[in-house]
Amino acid sequence: MPVNIDAVGRAYGPHEPYEVTRIKIREFADAVDARSFAHRSEEAARAEGYPDVVAPTTFAVVIAQQAEFHVVVDPEVGVDFSRVVHADERFTHHRPIIAGDLISATVHIDDIKQRGGISMVTTRTELSDEDGAPVSTVTSTLAVREEA
Amino acid sequence: MSSENGPAFDALEVGEVVAERAVELTRDSLVRYAGASGDFNPIHYNEVVAESVGLPGVIAHGMLTMGTAASVVEEWAGPGNVVDLQTRFTRPVPVPAIGEAAVSFTAKVGALDAETRTARIDVTVEHDGQKVLGKAQAVVSCT
Repeated sequence: MPVNIDAVGRAYGPHEPYEVTRIKIREFADAVDARSFAHRSEEAARAEGYPDVVAPTTFAVVIAQQAEFHVVVDPEVGVDFSRVVHADERFTHHRPIIAGDLISATVHIDDIKQRGGISMVTTRTELSDEDGAPVSTVTSTLAVREEA
Repeated sequence: MSSENGPAFDALEVGEVVAERAVELTRDSLVRYAGASGDFNPIHYNEVVAESVGLPGVIAHGMLTMGTAASVVEEWAGPGNVVDLQTRFTRPVPVPAIGEAAVSFTAKVGALDAETRTARIDVTVEHDGQKVLGKAQAVVSCT
């Protein structure tokens, strides 16, 4: 079954907010070889002007991919996850993510293009904080190969 | 936002290399990234699954490569100063069961915007002599 083009415009969430912790930021920083102490120590983060440990640039993907999962498992969208390749990704940060943040995510299906047996599904995940202020916009395109 | 700790805008020149790093990715790196990110797609740790979907073997998460590119830029820019980052995933990086995959990162000033005092940093990421990321660009907030 091909991806359903009519799914463009659908939105999912926000679901339960994601609580950003120091230990998760450190774990992620270790995994992507982000070397600043501001990802690891509150004191070092304060010296850089932040109230607490600051997340590396792509940390938002931890929260965004959880949100994007709602698109992948929606049977009415019809994405076969075993045929998915990540095509592109973009982060636009309205402010850095800081330990202690409670982040809500809403994912929108912005575009689906079909060409040559491949569906390009573009999602936009809007992350916001407890006050509803925007934190990051994460745009992701998955290439889904249709069955031959 | 907090660009008080950012690079000095006036000292930058288009074409200048601001950061470089050579990284050796191993299966350990992939398992660590899977755990840290929550991306447990088996193509990043299971040979049989990877080959069954037409891949040359276990490949690195594109987001691990992108995340490392971000770290290279952020180490120079100062934490929290990469305000925008985008890339296309153009070529997979196969990671052997034993040994490592060498990936090189070179970050250059691509453009300067005097109005917003931001620098566009273009990152070239290569494995085995070929580019693995397309249009990898970061926007850095400067002082």
